[in-house]
Amino acid sequence: MTTLASMCHLIRSKNAGPFVLTFDLMFATRADYERAKRAQPLTPARLAALYQVPAELITLVYHDNALAIKASMPRPTVQGDPTDADCYGGQQYVPLLTIEVE
Amino acid sequence: MNRGAAPGIVARMEIRVLSPTGALGAGFKIDSLQRGVARRPHVIACDAGSTDSGPASLGSGAPKFSRDAVKRDLRLLLYARQTLGVPLIIGSCGTSGRDVGVDWMAGILREIAAEESLVVRTALIKADQAPEYVMRRWAEGRILPLVPAPPITPPVIQSSHIVGMMGAEPIAAALQEGAQVVLAGRASDSALFAVVPELAGADRGAAWHAAKILECGAACAVVPAADALLAYVRDGHFDIEPLDPAAACTPLSVAAHTLYENGNPFLLTEPSGVIDTTDATYLAVSDRRVRVCGSRFTPATQYSVKLEGARQAGFQTIAVGGIRDPQIIRRLGTVLPFARAYFDDRIADLFGGHVAPDSYEIDYRIYGRDAVLGPLEPMRDVIPHEVGVLITVTAQTQEVATKIATLVCHASAHLPIPGYHGIITTIAYPFSPPEIERGAAYRFTLNHVCLPDDPLEMFRTEMVEVGR
Repeated sequence: MTTLASMCHLIRSKNAGPFVLTFDLMFATRADYERAKRAQPLTPARLAALYQVPAELITLVYHDNALAIKASMPRPTVQGDPTDADCYGGQQYVPLLTIEVE
Repeated sequence: MNRGAAPGIVARMEIRVLSPTGALGAGFKIDSLQRGVARRPHVIACDAGSTDSGPASLGSGAPKFSRDAVKRDLRLLLYARQTLGVPLIIGSCGTSGRDVGVDWMAGILREIAAEESLVVRTALIKADQAPEYVMRRWAEGRILPLVPAPPITPPVIQSSHIVGMMGAEPIAAALQEGAQVVLAGRASDSALFAVVPELAGADRGAAWHAAKILECGAACAVVPAADALLAYVRDGHFDIEPLDPAAACTPLSVAAHTLYENGNPFLLTEPSGVIDTTDATYLAVSDRRVRVCGSRFTPATQYSVKLEGARQAGFQTIAVGGIRDPQIIRRLGTVLPFARAYFDDRIADLFGGHVAPDSYEIDYRIYGRDAVLGPLEPMRDVIPHEVGVLITVTAQTQEVATKIATLVCHASAHLPIPGYHGIITTIAYPFSPPEIERGAAYRFTLNHVCLPDDPLEMFRTEMVEVGR
C-alpha cells in the first residue's frame, strides 16, 4: 500500500470556470500511473463521498499521454460566493493526498 | 508524422502563431518576444482576461492587472506587430471583457500610439449583452444551462452584468475589414489563436488544439512561465516550442497542458465546435519542441455562445484576529452559535427592525481549523495551538455592514467562555480599529449558453484609426 501523494509528482485542484472544480493527479512514472490505472483508487463514488457532490455529475478520465488522472465536479460552492473560501479552488485537493493505492 | 501533400497539387501549409504570454499584463521576456518575431509569425495574439480571479472584475468592471503592467506589454507587442505587419489580437480586454474593459484598453492603445507616433487601424469588438436581449432569448428557450447552472430569473438577468464569450467569427470579420489591431471584449481564449490559421484554411484540428495550448503562453513549458510560445500549424499536425532557450516543451508537458483549468481534457467545447484530443499523439522533434498529430475539430450542429454574468451581492466589512488559548479554541463550536443569536437580538434593537435578519450575514472563518475546506475538512476536530479568525459581515450597504461589524468585533473580543469567571479578551486583533471596509461583493449568476441566429449577432464591432 502507498498513497496517491507518494506516487504523483503533482496533485492539484483548480477552477474550470466559476462552477466547476477540477483535479489533476500527475504520476511520477509510467509504472506509477499504470499501477493506479489498475487499482482505480479514485472512482466517481469515492469522490462523491469525499466532496459531497452527486456521483453522476463527476467526470473522471485516465489520460495515458499525460500520465494523469483527471476528475471534474460541480464546485461545492460557486466561486466567489459569500461562503466560498477558496476563490481559485487551489487548495481543495488535500483530501486526495492520503488516499491509499494497492 | 507529416501527412504532406501530393507534389505539385497543394503547397505545404505552415501558419506560425505567436503567444507572447498567458495574460496581457503578466509580462514576458523581451528576448523571448524578439526570438518569436525573428520566426516571422503570421499573427500575435494574447488573452487579457479570465473569470479565474472571481466575480469582482465582471461585477465592477475593474481590471485585475495594473494599467502600467498592461501598457508595458501592449507597447512591446505593438512594436512587434509594426515590425512584422501582421495582426495583433487582444481578447477579453480589461479582465472581464466588458465594454468598459475594451474602452480601457483602447485608452491605453491611444496613449501609446500618441507617444510612439503610430497609426493603427483598430477593431473594437464589444461583448456586453443587454438584459433585453438575454430576456428575449431566454423567453424563446434559446438560453440553455450548462452543468451545474444557477437558476435564471428575470431579476437575476436584469441586475447582472452579462458578457457573451465570442468565437473566432467576429474577430475574423474584423480582420477581413483590414483591422491591424483587434481589441476584443470577452472572447474564447482559443479563438484568438485559431482565427488566423482558420482564415488561411489550416487544418482545423491542428489549429484549434494548438490554440488551446497557446492561450496560456509558456505555461505548458518546463519550467512553466509567463513567457512566449510559438506554434507551427501545418497540415495534419502542429509543432509547439517555447521561445526562451532555457525552457522546453516535452511530450508530457504538452499532453498534460490540456488538463489545466479544463473540465474534460479530451473534449474542449468552443462556440463553433469541439476540439477532440482523444487520439492526439505527442512526439519530441527536438529537446525543446513537440509535434502533436491526430487532433480533431468536430463542427457544432448548433453555434453556441457562453454567457457569463455577475451581480452585486451587498457590501462587506471584515476583521482579522487570532486566538491562542486552547480552552477558547476548544469552545468555539458552542460559543459562536450562541454569539450569533446575541448579535441578531442586538441588531434588531440597534436598527429598530430596519435591518431584517435575512438581509445580513455574519460569518466566522477559523483558519487553523477548517477555514479552507469547511465541512470537507478531515481534521477539523484536532485542536490547534493557535487559530486565525476572519470575521466577514455582508449587508445591503457599506454603512450597515460596518455598523454591524463594530458590534460583532466588540462582542467577539469578549466571548463568554464556559469555565472562565470574569471578563476576558478572547480575540487578539492586530489592527486599530479592527474593522476594514472591503467595498462591494459580487457573485456569478450565469453558467449558460445562448444560441444566436448567427455568430456575429451578439457582438458589435467599431473600426477606428487610432493615432490619427
